[in-house]
Amino acid sequence: MNFEFTEEQIMIQQAARDFAQRELIHDVIERDTKAIFPEAHIKKLAELGFLGMMVDPKYDGGGMDTISYVLAMEEISKIDASVSVIMSVNNSLVCYGIEKWGTEEQKEKYLKPLARGEKIGAFLLSEPEAGSDATHQRTTAVDMGDHYLVNGTKNWITNANSASTYILIAQTNPELKHKGINAFLVDKNSPGISLGPHEDKMGMRSSDTHSVMFNDVKVPKENRIGADGFGFSFAMKILEGGRIGIASQALGIASGAMELAIKYSKERKTFGTEICNHQAIAFKLADMAVKVENARNLCLKAAWMKDNGGNYSLYGSMAKQYAADIAMEVTTEAVQIHGGYGYVKEYHVERLMREAKLTQIYEGTSEVQKIVISRSILKD
Amino acid sequence: MKILVCMSNVPDTTTKIRFTGDNKSFDAGGVQWIINPWDELALTRALELKDANPALFENISVALVGNASTEPTIRKALAIGADNGIRVNTEPADSYYVAAQLAAVIRSQPFDIILCGIDSSDYNGSAVGGMLAELAGLNVASSVSSLDVENGSLVLKREIDGGTETLGIQTPFLAVVQKGITKEPRIPSMRGIMAARTKPLQVVEATREEALTEFVTYELPGVKAACKMIDPENVKELVNLLHNEAKVI
Repeated sequence: MNFEFTEEQIMIQQAARDFAQRELIHDVIERDTKAIFPEAHIKKLAELGFLGMMVDPKYDGGGMDTISYVLAMEEISKIDASVSVIMSVNNSLVCYGIEKWGTEEQKEKYLKPLARGEKIGAFLLSEPEAGSDATHQRTTAVDMGDHYLVNGTKNWITNANSASTYILIAQTNPELKHKGINAFLVDKNSPGISLGPHEDKMGMRSSDTHSVMFNDVKVPKENRIGADGFGFSFAMKILEGGRIGIASQALGIASGAMELAIKYSKERKTFGTEICNHQAIAFKLADMAVKVENARNLCLKAAWMKDNGGNYSLYGSMAKQYAADIAMEVTTEAVQIHGGYGYVKEYHVERLMREAKLTQIYEGTSEVQKIVISRSILKD
Repeated sequence: MKILVCMSNVPDTTTKIRFTGDNKSFDAGGVQWIINPWDELALTRALELKDANPALFENISVALVGNASTEPTIRKALAIGADNGIRVNTEPADSYYVAAQLAAVIRSQPFDIILCGIDSSDYNGSAVGGMLAELAGLNVASSVSSLDVENGSLVLKREIDGGTETLGIQTPFLAVVQKGITKEPRIPSMRGIMAARTKPLQVVEATREEALTEFVTYELPGVKAACKMIDPENVKELVNLLHNEAKVI
C-alpha cells in the first residue's frame, strides 16, 4: 500500500493548477454569465496535452496514467468545470473509446487529431426519451449495404458545436433490442446533421450543449466501431471509465469550494473574531474536509484499479455517486459560510454550487450509480 | 551556441517558513520545492530564444548545486524544455561555495551564454551570478531585463537610473537576469513531462571548496502592526497619530 504520488503525477497536478490559475480564473465568471465557449483556453489546454493525456504516445497522446488524469481533472475543476467537462469528454469518452476498440485506420484518422487536441470529440448517447435508459435508442442507423443511413435526435450533447468528431450510438436492428445497437464515428460536417439551439443551462454554462438532429445522414461502413451489435456494450464500457472523469470533476468542484470557504472563514470577522473560530463554522469545515478526502480516495482507487487492470466499474460508480453528492453538499455549505457574499457571483461559490448539481445528473445520475453499485454487491 | 541556466532549488514561495534547533536551521518538513522563480524565467527566456532561432542555439542545459532530493526540480526544468541537466552533488553551503561549484562545471564544459536569476527566493543572496562570472573569468552583465537576437547578434538591455542601457556583448558571457526578461514561466506539457524521462541528468561530484560564511541564527520578521485607515479629509488625525503614536514626526 502506497499513498504517495510519483514525481510525474505531482508535476502534472502542479501543471494543471498553474494552468487553471493563470488561464482560467480571470474570466471564468464572465464566460459563465454570458455562456461563452472557452475557445482560446481549450487551445492552450490542447497545446499542453491535457485533451488526450491518457492516449498512447504512438497515437500522439500524453501517455499518462488515470491517477494523473484524476489529479489534473480535480485541479481544473476547482476553477472551471465548463473547461474540465470538455477535457473529460474528449479524454475518457471519445479518445478512450477509439483507442480501446477502434481499428488502426480509425485511430490514424480520428484518434490522432483528437489526442493532439487539434479536434474535439463529442459522445452522442442521450436522447429525448432515452437518458439513463440507454437501451431504448430511437435514433436509427439502417444498414444500406455500402453505408449506414442515420435518422434521429440526440439530446444534451456536450461539445456538440465545438466538436469535429462524434461518437454516435444508434439502433441498427430494433428486433435485437440493445444487441442491435451500434457505435459510429461521424464527421460533424456530414450533410444532414443540424444542431438545436445552445442550451441555456443552470451551470457549466460556457461548455456548449445542444441537441443534434440527423436527417438521412450517410455514415461509411468503415466508421462503425467494433462488431455489428457492439454499440450498447461499447457505450456502457466507455461510461464506466467516464465516471472516473466526472467523479474527479465533482471532487474538484467540492475541494475548490472548500478552499474558498477556508480562506473566507479566516478573513471574515463576526463577534470580534474570524468566523473560523466559531465552532459552527469550524465544524462545517471539518465535515467538508472529511467528505472531500473520502471522495478523493474513491476517485484515486477507481483510477488505480483502471491502471492496474482491475474491475473498476464498481469503484467508478462509487466514486461518481459519492463525489457528486458531496460536491452538492460541500458547495451548499460553502455558500452558507460566505453568507450574503456567497450568493453573489464575485465569490465563485454560487457558481460551484450550480456546477455541482450537474455532476449528480450527467454520465449516469446518482440513482443510476446506486443501481450499478447495488447490483454489483448483490451479485454474489 | 550553448546556453547554461543556473538554478536554485527553493521552497515554494507560499511556504510558511519555520526554523528548528534554536533557530539555527530551516525546517524543511512538508516543504514543496520549486525552481527559483527568477531562474525559471531565465530558463523560459532561453527556451524562447531557441524556439525563435533554432539554428543559432543548439542546446540549453540547466545546472543546480544540491543533493539527490533536488532532482525533481531539475526534471521539472527538463519537462519545461531544457535539453539536459547537471547536478553538483553537494549541499549549497553559501553563495561563494555555490559559485565555485558552478565555476568548476563551466570550466569542464564550456558554454556561450550563462544565465543566472538575480536572486534566490530563499536566502536572497544576489551574489552567485557575479561571483561565478569572476571565478570563471567571464564577461558579465548585471540586472539584465532583456536578452534578444538582432541581426544575428545578441543584444542585452539593462535597467539603469532613469532609463535603459543597451549592450552588445562578446560570448562567452554571464547575464544576471531580472524583471522584464520574460513575462511568465512555461507550464510543462504532457509531451515535455514524458520527454524528461529520457533526457540526460549528469551528476558531478563537488570540488573541494570551503564556505566563506556561517549561518549563526535565523529569525522571522516581527508581526506587522494592524493597519489604521484614516479618512483622507482628516489630516489632523493623521498628524496626531504620526506624532503621538508612531512617533515619526
